Amino acid sequence: MPDLLIELFSEEIPARMQKRAADDLKKLVTDGLVEAGLTYAGAHALSTPRRLTLAIEGLLDKSPDTREERKGPKVGAPDKAIEGFLRGAGLTRDQLEERETPKGPVYFALIEKKGRPAAEIVAEVLEATIRNFPWPKSMRWGAGSLRWVRPLHSILCLLSDEAGASIVPVDIDGIKAGDTTEGHRFMAPGRFAVTGFADYEAKLKAAKVILSPEERADHIWAEAQNAAFAQGLEIVEDKGLLAEVAGLVEWPVVLIGDIDDEFIPLPPEVLQSSMREHQKFFSVKNPKSDLIEKFVTVANRETADHGATILAGNQKVLSARLADAKFFWENDLRIAETGGQAWLGSLSNVTFHNKLGTQGERIERIAQLARAIAPLVDADTDLTEQAARWAKADLSSEMVYEFPELQGLMGKYYATSAGYSAQVADAALDHYSPLGPTDDVPSAPVSVAVALADKLDILTGFWAIDEKPTGSKDPFALRRAALGVIRLILNNDLRLSLVKLFDAQVLRHEIALNENGSVRQALLRDLDNEIAKHGVFGAAIRTVLDHFDGTLSKHLEKVKDILPDIAHDLLDFFHDRLKVHLRDKGVRHDVIDACLAMPGNDDLTLLVKRAEALGAFLATDDGENLLLGVKRAANILAQAEQKDGVEYSYGADVKFADAAEEKALFAALDVAEAAIKPAIEAEDFAAAMAALAALRAPIDAFFEAVQINTDNQIVRRNRLNLLARIRVISAGVADLSRIEG
Amino acid sequence: MGRAMAKSDTRPKSFQEIILRLQNYWATQGCAMLQPYDMEVGAGTFHPATTLRSLGPQPWAAAYVQPSRRPTDGRYGENPNRLQHYYQYQVLIKPSPPDLQDLYLGSLQAIGIDMDLHDIRFVEDDWESPTLGAWGLGWEVWCDGMEVSQFTYFQQVGGHDCHPVSGELTYGIERLAMYILGVDHVMDMPFNDPGAPIPLSYGDVFKQTEEEYARWNFDVANTDVLLKQFEEAEAECKAILDQAPVDPKTGKRIVMAHPAYDQCIKASHLFNLLDARGVISVTERQAYIGRVRALAKLCADAFVQTRAGGWTDGNAA
Repeated sequence: MPDLLIELFSEEIPARMQKRAADDLKKLVTDGLVEAGLTYAGAHALSTPRRLTLAIEGLLDKSPDTREERKGPKVGAPDKAIEGFLRGAGLTRDQLEERETPKGPVYFALIEKKGRPAAEIVAEVLEATIRNFPWPKSMRWGAGSLRWVRPLHSILCLLSDEAGASIVPVDIDGIKAGDTTEGHRFMAPGRFAVTGFADYEAKLKAAKVILSPEERADHIWAEAQNAAFAQGLEIVEDKGLLAEVAGLVEWPVVLIGDIDDEFIPLPPEVLQSSMREHQKFFSVKNPKSDLIEKFVTVANRETADHGATILAGNQKVLSARLADAKFFWENDLRIAETGGQAWLGSLSNVTFHNKLGTQGERIERIAQLARAIAPLVDADTDLTEQAARWAKADLSSEMVYEFPELQGLMGKYYATSAGYSAQVADAALDHYSPLGPTDDVPSAPVSVAVALADKLDILTGFWAIDEKPTGSKDPFALRRAALGVIRLILNNDLRLSLVKLFDAQVLRHEIALNENGSVRQALLRDLDNEIAKHGVFGAAIRTVLDHFDGTLSKHLEKVKDILPDIAHDLLDFFHDRLKVHLRDKGVRHDVIDACLAMPGNDDLTLLVKRAEALGAFLATDDGENLLLGVKRAANILAQAEQKDGVEYSYGADVKFADAAEEKALFAALDVAEAAIKPAIEAEDFAAAMAALAALRAPIDAFFEAVQINTDNQIVRRNRLNLLARIRVISAGVADLSRIEG
Repeated sequence: MGRAMAKSDTRPKSFQEIILRLQNYWATQGCAMLQPYDMEVGAGTFHPATTLRSLGPQPWAAAYVQPSRRPTDGRYGENPNRLQHYYQYQVLIKPSPPDLQDLYLGSLQAIGIDMDLHDIRFVEDDWESPTLGAWGLGWEVWCDGMEVSQFTYFQQVGGHDCHPVSGELTYGIERLAMYILGVDHVMDMPFNDPGAPIPLSYGDVFKQTEEEYARWNFDVANTDVLLKQFEEAEAECKAILDQAPVDPKTGKRIVMAHPAYDQCIKASHLFNLLDARGVISVTERQAYIGRVRALAKLCADAFVQTRAGGWTDGNAA
């Protein structure tokens, strides 16, 4: 059985696209071959900056013959029907066979397809693959119309077996498949012919091309480690960079170079960013001092001077870049040492969002909210405000302008120079966290307060201007911000009412959106005082509105009406994110729904505590059976209530009970009620569930022994009212009607 | 086009020698040696020999030096690498020849880069000009880790698909020359032969103008006047293109794509000056860029209605 070798040779393919492209090539070609009946034993795809390669072993040399029998119309059916059948089968009438069936004579067609040679199928599949290749971005070149990631220069397509190799005839827009390829652009120019994969791989290596990206990456990593180790240093691991660099070279040569002494005192993150982003250098660390002292660059060739010229050039470029970084660092430090006020001032001129105002205004709002949050998270209020005001200062620094990925980190460094405490410095870095679902969550109180305020401000802001995420569109990463808030609250076991915070911040936004400057400042100040005094938002806004009677716009008066809707909608959004978060942790969505229906559902810690207790309870036998009992009670009640047109909710009296099981249920409900209420108040949901579980036996026994519907209407009503007590008591724990099954 | 990988044994001695060698090399490859466009532009791409000529079906091959201005990059001549006025070397060939990469590498060799000692790399860098409504795919070319050129296959210009596709090469000549000549500060670079009777450095030629323009760009340029000029250029561009194709005086069909495009170039540069003066806010910025792009698109629409843009009698391209 033959082997197939395909190489698509082009100008340099972007490093980030190579792996995916190799995988796509393999999938598209093998799927196409199998579809056409050509099975194979194995396939693997490889890539270098200039080529995608696919090697398939043990391919069938032709597709199998197929034979298909098709039943057609009756003999004597209208010509139209018979012609249609012939068209579909690709036969003529004399090729049909007449057969007797219980329903009379019927035409049968026997469609035989001869297998086709592999070369023919490969040619078709390869052409379709090239023409429909799913590049993330593709282009045309010259005067042609073919699209590829960069100009495609040659196609190698070879079927080989013991007897030899033959070129598969493919011609795509003038590019004819052949049996030749090229080696390294500079070290081994010129084309050569190959006879099969092993020959191809070996000749490429001789022509200074390592075909396998993994082999190149392993080689780079091993050589880099050796080079560092020989000098008593170590490479800072960076898998993403390694994969990228392996996609930039065909013949990796590792060179280790010096960083000028004057740059070593720069923050290590600055050195790393500068080297990684701009130069694709690995950082080399001194394990004793933890300082970045050298770099590793990966050249694409060997030279007569053993890389001396290349290294000198790279070093020079790095020095120029680091001179810039040092210049920024020193300029920034000068400003930081004077307290950084210049940065804060200039943020007032930077637009954050055309409706939500400047960064300066945003900082002001965050600072106010952070103050309100501080006592809820045991953070010092003044320190928290300080941290909130400093947290975005570095956005004006030259370093962050040049390296945006260093935002927060530079704020932390500069905070120290500006004379701030360690808590304020940490908050500058940590308030952006958590960014992703697995990112660390800050726990230092000041950082937590600022992180919450930052995220809640952006969420309430976009809710206030009604620009919420829709479908896949979430340009301001609001889902991520909400998940961040959820994780901050849950990981730190925080107890706070989100709606209160929403209200206060939405109002700040609404004032900013609708009032002119002088009124706005006075309003905001008053509002904050009132919130501080009343603690309750509704009272605060009423007082503020009274106070400003006559000077307020109509819009702001309406705000107090629309606020609850905005806050409610935002809370729904949080609940959706919470469900996703808890589902990933294995909590059932119906369990969460049962708890969302309970009061206090804007206290996420409480909500989750309840959900966890309920989930655990439902997993027990008692829980499962109790659920059945409660649902049965609810169903009977609902039916009776509909029939009778009344709501049974009050007045079950033990004196109308006759059966022992009925009396026992009265007693059990008394006990459960007495236990559940204080347990819920103490937020001891496990105890509440346990008390509920104790009802299982009496409820089961009651349904077993007692018929609800009797002729005695007093007894019947009493029993229905008894069932209503079950409904009330269980509803105090969770809305069990939401539980499925 | 032939392959010219002839080795030049001598290294260039000056900035101007590198320019002359590029001129000579691309002339040998058959390009028309054009002169700089006589207007202020931000990059060589703005020259109509690139922007407009990359449109339509006519073959084209041109190379030229283009003095370029980026007011925000001014550093009073003190930064070793940054200038508000600098030179780009620009090559545009349509359709892009299959050996364009080799031709390009030949040009590096011609200006004294020894292919046996250096590490040349093509690193993904897709080009987009929001003001020209143009984009293309290609690379930045690295020599020992330093970006020495932009290499782009134009896909769209002024909102029109490029067909055939032009290959564009842009060299930042100062940076490239500093590397080849081993100079650390641009102002120290020899402009002419250091052995000439009157040797001049880059600083002798440009230090003073960098200072003068930096002061004017950042602090003095009258923004009211600039704003007004921007509006005027925009209005004039549209007015030119509103004219009927047939000239009532000569009776000839004369679509004035180039005069209109001059106004587009002006508007673009005025926007850059306003930007340097810091009077354009982040949100306004997008709006201005959109206005310039709209002009570029109108000019492109007009150019394809001219003979050079592929228009033939009774048969609009």
